[in-house]
Amino acid sequence: MSKSLDFEEPVVKLREKIGELKEIAKSAEVDMSSEIETLETRLKQLEAKIYSNMEPWDRVQVARHAQRPTTSDYIEEIFSDFIELHGDRSFGDDEAIIGGIASFEGQPITIIGHQRGKSTKENIRRNFGMPHPEGYRKALRLMKQAEKFNRPIICFIDTKGAYPGKAAEERGQSEAIARNLFEMAGLKVPVISVVIGEGGSGGALALGVANKIYMLENSTYSVISPEGAASILWKDASLAKQAAEAMKITAFDLKEMGIIDGIVNEVAGGAHRDVQAQALELKNCISEALSQLNSLSEAELIDDRYEKFRKIGEFIEEEVN
Amino acid sequence: MAIRSLLSINKKKQKGVIVDRNKENSFPADLMTKCPECKKIYLTKELDNNLKVCPNCDHHYKMTAWERVSILMDEGTFVSFDENLRTSNPLKFPSYLDKIEIDSHKTGLNEAVLTGMGSIDGSQVVVAIMDSHFRMGSMGSVVGEKITRAIEKATEYSLPFIIFTASGGARMQEGVISLMQMAKTSVALKRHSDHGLLFISIMTHPTTGGVSASFASLGDLNIAEPQALIGFAGRRVIEQTVREKLPEDFQTAEFLLAHGQLDAIFHRKEMRDKLATIVKLHQKGGVSNV
Repeated sequence: MSKSLDFEEPVVKLREKIGELKEIAKSAEVDMSSEIETLETRLKQLEAKIYSNMEPWDRVQVARHAQRPTTSDYIEEIFSDFIELHGDRSFGDDEAIIGGIASFEGQPITIIGHQRGKSTKENIRRNFGMPHPEGYRKALRLMKQAEKFNRPIICFIDTKGAYPGKAAEERGQSEAIARNLFEMAGLKVPVISVVIGEGGSGGALALGVANKIYMLENSTYSVISPEGAASILWKDASLAKQAAEAMKITAFDLKEMGIIDGIVNEVAGGAHRDVQAQALELKNCISEALSQLNSLSEAELIDDRYEKFRKIGEFIEEEVN
Repeated sequence: MAIRSLLSINKKKQKGVIVDRNKENSFPADLMTKCPECKKIYLTKELDNNLKVCPNCDHHYKMTAWERVSILMDEGTFVSFDENLRTSNPLKFPSYLDKIEIDSHKTGLNEAVLTGMGSIDGSQVVVAIMDSHFRMGSMGSVVGEKITRAIEKATEYSLPFIIFTASGGARMQEGVISLMQMAKTSVALKRHSDHGLLFISIMTHPTTGGVSASFASLGDLNIAEPQALIGFAGRRVIEQTVREKLPEDFQTAEFLLAHGQLDAIFHRKEMRDKLATIVKLHQKGGVSNV
């Protein structure tokens, strides 16, 4: 059983109590079934209440859950014949981003995503899912390869951000991200991006210039982490909870602002509770998006992406006399 | 408490060393300027005549957008675009619009970038000049929209696009909408580029964060002014993450040039001539005066 999060503690506690009661009933050989049934009904109500009233900060916790499914989990569940392809051909292989070719419902596709770890050891190997420039350059290489062979590209976004380090700066972190934004704009194949966990700033956007953008229900997409926003805005990182609200970073916020195309429902309590069921939801979403995009011509795909980002922005345009 | 009062005494002392503004008999403070690099004191007028470059140590002072227009464009040719766009407050941040109003008043700009069309040594170009005196040059919706419209104009008229960047990055108060301006400006640049048109990015002090990770790095030529701070992540963030001492020149233009991230560094005094030459070298039908 995975560790419980603060907001869902009442649910977890009640579930534990029911379990204990069942054990006692078994050994005491008395009939407790009606009591257990009452409690189970109450558990269902409590679950419904808590999971349908999640605050932005609760969702941040779910998005960051150590056991939350990662890119490789979804690849395994959703695609077949996956072959991982490595390296940027210039510096190295950044394991904070993985990518490769696979088939999806009989169609060859290219899949690219941020990859974080679930254990400390794996996180160190994956640099906590925070890429260096060579990660973005590998991603771009695979996108160009997909374009050559006319394969749609599916990107999974799951990063706190591009890695803020000395080597990353020396090798052009800014340029690598910028280049991806620029080149993704011109791709002649369908591009679908799904935020599956945290969508942290430019490091997330570098896999996000897509025809269709979706977010899992409990994922976030933001210009800065809630902690970062709190420390800059109010000089106090402990106000992250308030910042999570003020910065409008949930899937529902982004849908309302018209930035994303849709929200992928999560299983109750979060994707980590049932990876297979979650993967199926995601698969349906990708299938639907692909069927819409497969009919567009190369020029239409590029224009569609242009219009999508061209219209983002809120401002007032005054009449000119 | 004690530390704080000590600090404030230090601050007062520092101020006193530069110019004592409290004494009635001292001359106006802005008559003289002390270079923050070499500490030499100059007549402000002398500095202005030297394109705001320290005559002693070559320190390049920040410039306002209009000052850049005056030293870059042929006199009387510059026409400003989209001055009628106004910032709104999509995330309803308290006092955000007041801050915009104050900076707008201070700089005479509607937002942190001035865009327009004009000529440099006779060549028509579209320019965008960011102004770090306006909300640290940060990019929200209006900055993204003005730059995108300028790029689209350049594409429409088949003109080179030149940008002077000066920005702390994406503007936090507009949240993820600011982030998306990185993509918006980049898709517009891609279209401009696909038309075979020239884009020159000149990074001035400071160019960081989301601006550095979008249009600033996408020039056919990426140029910088000497000593400009250019980088993706802030120095303090990196120091906290990697726990190692960063070199003195980390994230300076010279550091980037040495690491292969820039085409060239141009001194402000040669900027106009070099840009004019570059534009002419990219004109169809040959070059006349180079």
